[in-house]
Amino acid sequence: MEKEMLEHGFSWNRRRFLSAMSLGVGSVALGSLLMPDLFKNGGVTDENFVPGVPHFAPRAKRVIYLFQNGAPSQQELFDYKPKLREMTGEEIPSSVRGNQRLTGMTAYQASFPLVGSFVDFKQYGQSQAWISDLMPYTAKIVDELCIIKSMYTEAINHDPALTFLQTGAQVGNRPSMGAWLSYGLGNENKNLPNFTVLLSRGIGNGQGVYSKLWSNGFLDSVHQGVQFSKGEDPVLYLRDPEGMSRKDRREMLDKLAELNDLSYKEMGDPEIAAKVQQYEMAYRMQTAVPDVMDLSREPDDIVKLYGPDCLVPGTYAANCLLARKLSENGVRFVQLYHQGWDQHGNLPFEIQKQAKDVDQASAALVMDLKQRGLLDETLVIWGGEFGRTSYTQGRLTKDNYGRDHHPRCFTVWMAGGGIKPGIVYGETDEFGYNIASNPVHVHDFQATVLQQLGLDHEKLIYKHLGRRYRLTDVSGTVVKDIIA
Amino acid sequence: MFIFILENVIAGHMKQYIQIISIVAFLGFLIYLIEACNNTSATYQGGKLPQIVSYNFDIRPILSDKCFACHGPDENKREAGLRLDIEEDAFAALKEHPDAHALVAGKPEFSQVFLRITTHDSSLLMPPPASNLKLSPYEVQLIEKWIKQGAKYEKHWAFIIPQKPALPEVKNKTWVKNDIDYFILQKMEEKGLEPNEEADKERLLKRLCLDLLGLPPTLEMMDGFLADNSPDAYEKMLDKLMQHPAYGEKMSVHWLDLARYADSHGYQDDGYRTQWPWRDWVIHAFNTNMPYDQFVSWQLAGDLLPEATKEQMLATGFNRNHKITEEGGVIPEEYRFMYVADRTDLFGKGLLGVTLECAQCHDHKYDPFSQKEYYQLYSFFNNIKEVGIESVIGGPETYAKKPLMEITNEDIKDILSFVNKQDTQQLIVSIMGDLDTLRKTHVLIRGNYETFGEEVAPATPAAILPFDSTKYTGNRLGLAGWLFDKNNPLTARVYANILWQEFFGRGIVKTSGDFGMQGELPSHPALLDWLAVDFMEHDWDIKRFVKQMLMSAAYKQSAVATKEKLATDPENIYLSRGPRYRIHAEFIRDVVLASSGLLNHSIGGPSVKPYQPEGLWEGATSGRGLLSIYVQDHGEKIYRRGMYTLIKRTVPPPTMAIFDASNRDICEVRRLKTNTPLQALVMMNDPTVLEASRVLAAALLKEPLEGNEKIVKAFRTIVARNPRDREVEILSNYYNSQLQSIDEASAAKMLAVGEYPVDETIDKKKLAALMRVIATIYNMEETITKT
Repeated sequence: MEKEMLEHGFSWNRRRFLSAMSLGVGSVALGSLLMPDLFKNGGVTDENFVPGVPHFAPRAKRVIYLFQNGAPSQQELFDYKPKLREMTGEEIPSSVRGNQRLTGMTAYQASFPLVGSFVDFKQYGQSQAWISDLMPYTAKIVDELCIIKSMYTEAINHDPALTFLQTGAQVGNRPSMGAWLSYGLGNENKNLPNFTVLLSRGIGNGQGVYSKLWSNGFLDSVHQGVQFSKGEDPVLYLRDPEGMSRKDRREMLDKLAELNDLSYKEMGDPEIAAKVQQYEMAYRMQTAVPDVMDLSREPDDIVKLYGPDCLVPGTYAANCLLARKLSENGVRFVQLYHQGWDQHGNLPFEIQKQAKDVDQASAALVMDLKQRGLLDETLVIWGGEFGRTSYTQGRLTKDNYGRDHHPRCFTVWMAGGGIKPGIVYGETDEFGYNIASNPVHVHDFQATVLQQLGLDHEKLIYKHLGRRYRLTDVSGTVVKDIIA
Repeated sequence: MFIFILENVIAGHMKQYIQIISIVAFLGFLIYLIEACNNTSATYQGGKLPQIVSYNFDIRPILSDKCFACHGPDENKREAGLRLDIEEDAFAALKEHPDAHALVAGKPEFSQVFLRITTHDSSLLMPPPASNLKLSPYEVQLIEKWIKQGAKYEKHWAFIIPQKPALPEVKNKTWVKNDIDYFILQKMEEKGLEPNEEADKERLLKRLCLDLLGLPPTLEMMDGFLADNSPDAYEKMLDKLMQHPAYGEKMSVHWLDLARYADSHGYQDDGYRTQWPWRDWVIHAFNTNMPYDQFVSWQLAGDLLPEATKEQMLATGFNRNHKITEEGGVIPEEYRFMYVADRTDLFGKGLLGVTLECAQCHDHKYDPFSQKEYYQLYSFFNNIKEVGIESVIGGPETYAKKPLMEITNEDIKDILSFVNKQDTQQLIVSIMGDLDTLRKTHVLIRGNYETFGEEVAPATPAAILPFDSTKYTGNRLGLAGWLFDKNNPLTARVYANILWQEFFGRGIVKTSGDFGMQGELPSHPALLDWLAVDFMEHDWDIKRFVKQMLMSAAYKQSAVATKEKLATDPENIYLSRGPRYRIHAEFIRDVVLASSGLLNHSIGGPSVKPYQPEGLWEGATSGRGLLSIYVQDHGEKIYRRGMYTLIKRTVPPPTMAIFDASNRDICEVRRLKTNTPLQALVMMNDPTVLEASRVLAAALLKEPLEGNEKIVKAFRTIVARNPRDREVEILSNYYNSQLQSIDEASAAKMLAVGEYPVDETIDKKKLAALMRVIATIYNMEETITKT
């Protein structure tokens, strides 16, 4: 009997169980598996928003966000400022500095000498965008990119700035962008979590990341970002214990379903049925996740494209390749964090290595998506939490300097997902200190991302403790000029 | 429609299904949902308009949700000068059209409110289409009928001082066990529901043990209870459990959420802190049944009491549990502002059940709290001898920030005997302490710490209860007095509701942190008032309050949900069945450890680091500070209760987070209860569960038990009831098949989990097979459910 049941495939019990429920109460629970927030306080009461249904035809289906944690210096990468070189060593004019508040690290500095970039810039592609010599691979794909030089934020320290970019508020406890998208659009794959997180670290000055950045906040925890890590257990507790085969696990789950079924018959609680379904999803994840994490079958040309590091688990390059695979498998939001961009001092040395870490693989990801025909429906974003100052932090020497945090302007790029390729949007002044044209606030940026996914940022709301919350809080305007 | 969706899910065609039929399916889905939700709403009247339309229960929720944002308390956002939350303003001539009125009693056809919500002219329609808000036809009819009946206003229910109502009349008097039951039964009878039978004794004891101790009953306890046929067996057991030292641990968990207690400073570097002696005090306070007014007053203002004792000082650690930055380069004042605001917000949400934080930047949009009032309340907490940043991570670590107290070994022998100090090292705790000269408080314009508005003096929101400065001093001690003033309408209601939520799974007011106009209305308003007054009349006695709930027939009902009951009351708002909920994250761990015999029962002390997947802290750290690397503990430390697992805020313990524990960033008064695949993975593969399975299996194999007796005993120990025959059959078949199929090598691998030694004298195959059976029992839904 036991054997026969196994041979029948594992679905027999569950099917019987589900069909027993399908006419009755179980449907509520099953519905809540698909769209868990529908049954939460508030999620349903908003007339205009049905979770899981876009507001209008989406341009992108998925997002890959290559977060450069620590704040890369725009002056050394994308925002070419010859004037700074000319004026190196001269004090920043107070008319430029204005009343910008300074961090505790430079607020008491006696002088604020400007410093030009140690690295040269050239123009590339049809767009003739300026890219520094630190980014040779990115330079080759400028015609795929929309480079926004006029991003600005409200926070001047890492924790609040990161939190602001990821959740729309500087204080914790709000849902992250990926969680909002998972809530807003639902899951198009049934074997993988909808919002996944990949971490890597460069050699530069590190700033921590923290799981609140991929938190579901007050949304249902199915929208929580799931961290995929290198090593044998890419998702926490994914691996069955040593000595337990897949067949053993299947048998255990079938017994468990039978036991739970008895409980369900007695108690009638739809949560029991939901629990059985969650075990089945877990079982599928146990195969699907290692499959997607296995990079050993990638062909040589792909390895060459991303660079040899892509075969070293836990590197940025490996994470970029993984991001493509996850995205290809329908994961709605893949969030990478690469630490090490916080160059308060020793910038010329550190940033070279830091840029080398990410340049090739970031460009490779865009090209790889393109060659698979996925770039149109995948929005790729590259950028940090704020910019860096045009003046030096600490001592300025002939070949060394540092730059402090600077919220007033920074550069991010986007590719694919219905964003105009081959354009540069917004400009900073000749000092690279203030925005000269087309400012893009963090909430504008977030509104635009949601827009591309088919969501109106003013309608993607969740009512919690009496207030309707949005990713963009109470502001944000879609940057229409960058939409293709 | 729904079966169609189900079939698709089962067939595994989710993707196509979403793509192809999404619109059609979801329309159907939506209709289904709207029905489902209407049924669950406390205000729903079955589509039929109520005889008498109540402002508080029918109209204000609509106005608050759809109108007050522009026609409510916030002066700066008020449109057309019209204010609908105040009766006089709503009836006055319109500022822009002096010949017209928003409301004309008895005459909807002359009331602009009604005309504007029913017009077909979209440029006039209210709420404006651009607001993304809309009134349903039912809501429009309600407003119409309310105006016809005279458009009578009432004060918001939660701001009216509760009066003890008379017990309602009920038909089925024999069901009633205590006063609570009159209220519960009356609602049931009104809704046409019948109560369930009393749950069986096994279920009752499991419920009691989980609710009072956070632990499963032991077999001895269970056998004793089953054998005790005296009529007061249940009450005797209840009394005994309330005297158990684990009671204080169980009760503390909800308070630690409210008080955002953690073992790290938070923010990005997230260094270690030693705030745990405060946590030990909380356990002690619950165990000694400190009255709630004293419990809270000490925490708010123990330092200001005349000749404050060290215990009273320690209690004030409560308001230093918030996050404190150690990030180099921050602007100190920006952070000091956040600490003060955090305390103010906690005072609102946790103790008064109102969302004051909305008034940080502007007048509250829904509740009658002005921005000025926010900063008046803020000023009570703005006089602490603290700085925004005391030390930067990476330097010498400061495990507590000033003001602080030291707990000496002498204190432990003497007044602080409940602090589980385990070594002779210096122990410091952050506490409250005021400056000698008053720090001035200003309204901060748009909530910005740099832009000062008008200077303010300590006071409280007048809509709740004006601060009587002749009665109370303008400091935290005075504020504590105000909080427990018998005329404060919120304090008792809010905590009574939190306790109710803790034992019934759902508050009488579901939004336990929001009793304001946007919060949900109470499902049993009279009961809530009765409980609140009763709580005050009995000197805020928590144990008495808890016992009263647990002695009610409502609590003791069986949790069986029939199809009919699920259809009429899916959320069990009216309690026609017993509460049935998955237990909190901490108690899942406790159930596993306790039933396997591994649990270390010691109370308090420094938090511990049990098994945790590798690399979690290391992968996310800035590399600075004591908590940058996870150094796991060993020995009996790894078998302590879940509440003692060290909470590093930026990377909270994974099993806790997966089971919806608070990450302790801010005050939380209600946990979600989700059901996810990650939870299944924890129960399947967490070494804690596997080790417990192995250890229990080994213990059973060493006992002289025959045949299925081992399985029966394991089942009883874990699930806390006798298994059904079919359950024994399933599990024993499973055992036999595992015993046959498992080979020596796999068995040895299977057993090599956890640090507790493996008994080498036991047959490995038998042990591995029984271990799998027990692991399966741990994975049963019922195991981690209060049922």
